[in-house]
Amino acid sequence: MLVIENLSVRLFNRIILHGVNLHIPAGEVHVLFGPNGSGKTTLLMTIMGFADYEVISGRIIFNGKDITNLPVYERAQAGLGLSFQRPPTIKGLKTQQMLEICHRHSQQDYRPLVEELNFQDFLGRDVNQGFSGGEIKRSELLQLLVQSPTLALLDEPESGVDLENIALIGKGINQLLHRQWPAEESAECRRKVREERKIGGLIITHTGYILDYVDADRGYVMMNGTIACQGNPREILRCIKEVGYEECVRCMI
Amino acid sequence: MHDLEMKKRAQAALDKPAQYGPDVDLSRFTLIAPQESYQEDLSQLPAELSRQVLSAGIETGEKGRSGTYFQKNHSVIHCQIHQEGVEILTIDQALAKYDWLKDYCWKMIPPDQDKYTAWAYLNPHHGYFIRTRPGVKTLFPVQACLYMEQDSLVQNVHNIIIAEEESELDIITGCAARPRMRQGLHVGVSEFYIKKGARLTFTMIHNWAEEMDVRPRSAASVGPSGIFISNYVSMKPIHSLQMYPTTWLEGKDALARYYNILVASRGSELDVGSRVILEAEGSRAEVVSRAISAGGNIRARGCLVGKGKDIKAHLECRGLILEQGGMIQAIPELEGYLPGIDLSHEAAVGKIAQEEINYLMARGLPESEAIAAIVRGFLTVDIAGLPTELQAELNRVVEESEKTLL
Repeated sequence: MLVIENLSVRLFNRIILHGVNLHIPAGEVHVLFGPNGSGKTTLLMTIMGFADYEVISGRIIFNGKDITNLPVYERAQAGLGLSFQRPPTIKGLKTQQMLEICHRHSQQDYRPLVEELNFQDFLGRDVNQGFSGGEIKRSELLQLLVQSPTLALLDEPESGVDLENIALIGKGINQLLHRQWPAEESAECRRKVREERKIGGLIITHTGYILDYVDADRGYVMMNGTIACQGNPREILRCIKEVGYEECVRCMI
Repeated sequence: MHDLEMKKRAQAALDKPAQYGPDVDLSRFTLIAPQESYQEDLSQLPAELSRQVLSAGIETGEKGRSGTYFQKNHSVIHCQIHQEGVEILTIDQALAKYDWLKDYCWKMIPPDQDKYTAWAYLNPHHGYFIRTRPGVKTLFPVQACLYMEQDSLVQNVHNIIIAEEESELDIITGCAARPRMRQGLHVGVSEFYIKKGARLTFTMIHNWAEEMDVRPRSAASVGPSGIFISNYVSMKPIHSLQMYPTTWLEGKDALARYYNILVASRGSELDVGSRVILEAEGSRAEVVSRAISAGGNIRARGCLVGKGKDIKAHLECRGLILEQGGMIQAIPELEGYLPGIDLSHEAAVGKIAQEEINYLMARGLPESEAIAAIVRGFLTVDIAGLPTELQAELNRVVEESEKTLL
């Protein structure tokens, strides 16, 4: 679904990413660990295609198509979706209007989603204006659910979310990535459900808390703009917890 | 002041430039316009004219309106009210009918304030008188249209608006000119009286032409617990516009809100302020302006004067520069005279943040549409206390103008 080949990226005269390779098959969810400033957000922003992120080598293939030079909105319309870590406030633009923008290419009624994320009271407010950290995450997730991308890029979806809401966020992410299981009494075969998943995800996580709610297929550690390590996400998280990122630095040398 | 004395003073002020704004050479204009015929039925007006005034909020079908005053050049072509307890008259009719009205005339605006008021005093071309009787509430807004189509004409109008005690009056005033009219000057002197417990919302939409110069001169007096809400929109090209309306909050707990939406295209010069004098205890005011330069110049002024006990007022001015070649200057002023008062302001002038454009593009909007959505948001001001139908009307007008802007 998403193939990144030898990607190097410059941001404001500094090279941030150095030859990154990554492959997310359809229906898989991958997580990206790494210390602050390692280039995780830069990778997401480059996949989304923002102008400041200049690709100096390599390419990004999405669903078989080279999107390296495609404008942001065309990537969004092609099925890429991004939840921002710190989205801007747009004065006068109501959350409701934002949802309608996300809803443009979809026929599905989005009101049930608003209720599921308990966001009815925010529709009349300017988007992100005075939202708490957790409210921003719910707002971002709601927008993505309405947008319904085929590959979701989530930048620290759990940061700043209190314990009460983290389950709600986790549930929302599973819904976004089509990771909910059928009800226990359902006759559907779970293996079949798993094999038929189409939606992909790339999640940046700092704390790894989100892994308590979302079953990820693969994990990466990003260090100084390169993928330093990859493997089972839970195992990687355990290692980071035990020995920290210093271990990753040692590995790289 | 004696009439003769006023006349002498006005004559002496005929060369007195206004404090702000470019000076207009009055000798360029003519004071003579042919008489237009009265229209019993406004819906019979030419479709083209109806369309033009509709973009200034005037419904010639009078749907959802309590009454209409319509002036074309120097002729009142329609003046009719449909609700008891609400009056619309031409100012001449009203002065003939009510002896007491002369005490409301030129009371807050001296004829010798500048050459424009002096000219309007000496050469009056009607204007309207709108009044709600005590306790009466307008069911629908009353509309007043000032239309100009004759080249080189000056239109001097004097309006008096009175909301008597405990009444509620909603007015929408639409000013428009024939597109591509060759020069023209509009001077509108308006005096507003909001009595005890009354509420007046006054929404004025200017839809003038590229070569027009416009000099409104307005003042308001608000009594105890009275509310005055003034909305002003000028988004169409205009040669020059200068105004600095003043409101005196004279009664305890009086409230004034000003909302100005200004767009200056290339060649437009806008100098627009709002001044509120908070004299009475507990009075409050809010002045909000949104200014967009699309190549033209805007001076957005604001002045809050705190003289009363426990007053509270806030001034907010935001400017957005869309194109090079123009300028926005925000000039907020606060004047406090007592301990315990609360006056504040915030002003910002900038461009559209790339971050905001990126955000919307990531949701699938092409760049031009993302910019349009941000500009629309910028111009969206939720006006507390404005009836929903007027807010909808305002949104419609703003949205329509915004399409031509981008």
